[in-house]
Amino acid sequence: MKDTPLSNCERDFLLKAIEEKKRLDGRQTYDYRKIKISFGTDYGCCFVDLGQTRVMAQVSCELVAPKENRPNEGIMFFNIELSPMASPGFEQGRQSELSVKLNRQLERCLRNSKCIDTESLCVVSGEKVWQIRVDVHTLNNDGNLMDAASIAAITALCHFRRPDVSTQGQEVTVYSPEERDPIPLSIYHMPISVSFAFFQQGTYLLVDPCEREERVMDGLLVIAMNKHREICSIQSSGGIMLLKEQVMRCSKIAGVKVSEITELISEALLNDRKARKAGGKCGFAESMPQDRITALKKDETPVEMTDVTETANGIIQKGEAAPQTVPSPVVPVPGVGQVGLQNSWGLEEDDEDDYEEEKNDNSGDEQVEEVTKMDVGKGGLLFIYLDSLM
Amino acid sequence: MAGLELLSDQGYRLDGRKATELRKLQARMGVFTQADGSAYLEQGNTKALAVVYGPHEMRGSRSRTLHDRAVINCQYSMATFSTAERKRRPHGDRKSTEMSLHLKQTFEAAVMTQLYPRSQIDIYVKVRVGLTLHLVRGIIAEIDFFVIVHKHVSIVFQQILQSDGGNYSVCVNAATLAVIDAGIPMRDYVCACTVGFVDETPLADLCYAEENGGVSSLALALLPRGGQIALLQMDARLHQDHLETLIEAAMTACKGVSKVLDEVVRQHLQEASVLTGE
Repeated sequence: MKDTPLSNCERDFLLKAIEEKKRLDGRQTYDYRKIKISFGTDYGCCFVDLGQTRVMAQVSCELVAPKENRPNEGIMFFNIELSPMASPGFEQGRQSELSVKLNRQLERCLRNSKCIDTESLCVVSGEKVWQIRVDVHTLNNDGNLMDAASIAAITALCHFRRPDVSTQGQEVTVYSPEERDPIPLSIYHMPISVSFAFFQQGTYLLVDPCEREERVMDGLLVIAMNKHREICSIQSSGGIMLLKEQVMRCSKIAGVKVSEITELISEALLNDRKARKAGGKCGFAESMPQDRITALKKDETPVEMTDVTETANGIIQKGEAAPQTVPSPVVPVPGVGQVGLQNSWGLEEDDEDDYEEEKNDNSGDEQVEEVTKMDVGKGGLLFIYLDSLM
Repeated sequence: MAGLELLSDQGYRLDGRKATELRKLQARMGVFTQADGSAYLEQGNTKALAVVYGPHEMRGSRSRTLHDRAVINCQYSMATFSTAERKRRPHGDRKSTEMSLHLKQTFEAAVMTQLYPRSQIDIYVKVRVGLTLHLVRGIIAEIDFFVIVHKHVSIVFQQILQSDGGNYSVCVNAATLAVIDAGIPMRDYVCACTVGFVDETPLADLCYAEENGGVSSLALALLPRGGQIALLQMDARLHQDHLETLIEAAMTACKGVSKVLDEVVRQHLQEASVLTGE
C-alpha cells in the first residue's frame, strides 16, 4: 500500500516551525524521545520504545560450518524486517530501498566495528562455529527506525546467552540450559547509532527525527559511536551537501547522546538480571501494565492559557470578516421525496477558543444536551460527552 | 593479513607510495559512440568503465516521474571474477544495491536536475574483467554485445573492470567524466577518494590490501570548489579526535583527483575541437 502523501500545508508548517526552533512534540533540537527498554522471557529478546517507535530484536544461535576464508571465526548475521505492521507503506517481502539502507547500516555499525569477539564463537576450527543471528522486527514506525534498531540489537546481544559446549577431540557436546548454565557472548563495546536530520539544505539540524520530520527532511546523517568516543560508522544519505564543520559538530553531539543511552542500556540489563535472580515474572506480557483501562490516551501538552481570550479577540479582529454564507437553495426535484431538510447536527456554534463540556440532565427523557463552558483557566484535554437519553 | 606492514618506518606503503600520494590515474572520455557519454578510468589497478544515457523520457514506472526535476537511476554491479574471491551474485545483493543508492545520492546532489523535469538519467555500474588500456577495443566488442542484449534499457553503464580497492571512489570519478562527456550540466566535478588511518597518519587512496587490512577507511565524495561533501561513509573504529584530520586528508586527496580529471577533460576537448576543425 502506498503511503498517504504529505500535504503542502503540513510540510510548510513543519518547516516553518523548525526555522523557529520548535518541534511538533515540544522537544529541543538535540533531545531524544523517551527510550524504554524491556526484555522478553527468553534470553536475547528485547523490546525498545523510542517515543512511539517500537522495535523488537531477537538473537538466536546455531552451529554451522564456518566460511572458507575465515575458518576460526563465528558468523554474525543481521536482518531488519520492515513488516506492514509498522507502517502501511511497508510491503511484506519486497526489499525496498529503505530496507536495504537499514540493513546495510546495521551491518556496518555492528559487524565492521567488531563489537563481538567472533573468535570466541569457534567450536571446532574449520568445522563448527556458532552462527549468531540477530533479527530486528519493526512493530511501529514513528520515525528513526535506525537508532531504535541499533539499540535493540546491541541490547539483545548483551542479553543473550548461548548454550555451553565442550569438545572431546572431534566430538562436540552441546549442553541444554538445564544441564549447564548458558554463557553470555563476549562483547567488546556497544556501538549505538545517532541520526541527524537536515532541513533547508543543511541550515537546520535535528536529532532523532519523528516520522513527520523524516518526511520533510532533506537528508540524514547517521553516526554510530560507542561510549569510549570511538566512531564506528558514519553514513550520510539523501541528496544534501555537508560541510566539514557540520560533521564535526554532529560527532560531538553524538558522543554525548551515546554515553547517555549506554548508561540506560546498562541499567536496563542490570534490572532485568536482578528481576530474574529474584525469580520474579518477566517478559513482554509483564512489561505491559495490567491494571489500567485500555484507552487511547495522549499525554497532555502544556498550553499557555493565561491570555487566550485577548489573543483570540485580537486574531479575530485582525482577521477578515467571515464570508457571507448563503443557504443553498433547496430545489426539490420533481418526483423525489426529501426527508429532513433541516440538519439538526451542530446546533451550537463551534468556538475554537473556549473548551466546552456537555453535561446531561438527569431528568429522564431529554434529548437536547446542555452546553456549559468550562473555566478557561484550567487548560486540560477536550472531552465531549454526547449522550442523548431516550 | 597479519604481518603486512601498511606503513613502514620510512613512510612507505605496501606499493611504495608515500602516505599522501594518490595512485596513477588514467582516463579516456568518449570511448563509445553509441552512448550519450562514456568514460574509461584506471586508478592504480582498479579499472572502471562508465556510460551515460540521457536525459531521456521516463522509462519503466511512469509514476516515479518528478514534475520539477530529472530522476537519476544508477545501477552498480561487479563482475563475478573481478576480485580475489569469486563472487556469486553479480548484482541484486545488498552491497550492490547499497552502492547503487550511494551513487544515485551523490549525483542527485551534483547534477543540475532542475533543468530536465519529467525525464530520466540512468546510470549502470558494472564490474567486469580487468583488461589493460591497450585492449580497449576488445572491451568494446564485449560491451557492444552486452548493449545489444540490453538494447531496450537505456542506462548509464559503469563497469568496474577490475576491483582493487576504492570501488566507490573509482565509480564516482568515472561517472563524473561520463556525465561531462554527455554534456549534462553539473555544479562541479564530483571527485571521490578513500582514505585510511594507520599509526596516526592518514593514507590517501587505499588499495585492496590496505582496505582489507582492518584499516579504518573513509570514503568521501566532494565538490572541490565549494568544499561541499556529497557523500561521507566510514567503517571501522576511529577515535573522534582523529576524525577531523581524516576528513581534511580526504578533502585534499579529492582536490588532487579533481585536478587530474580537469586535465583529462580539457585534453579531450582539445582533441575533439582539433578533429572538428575548430
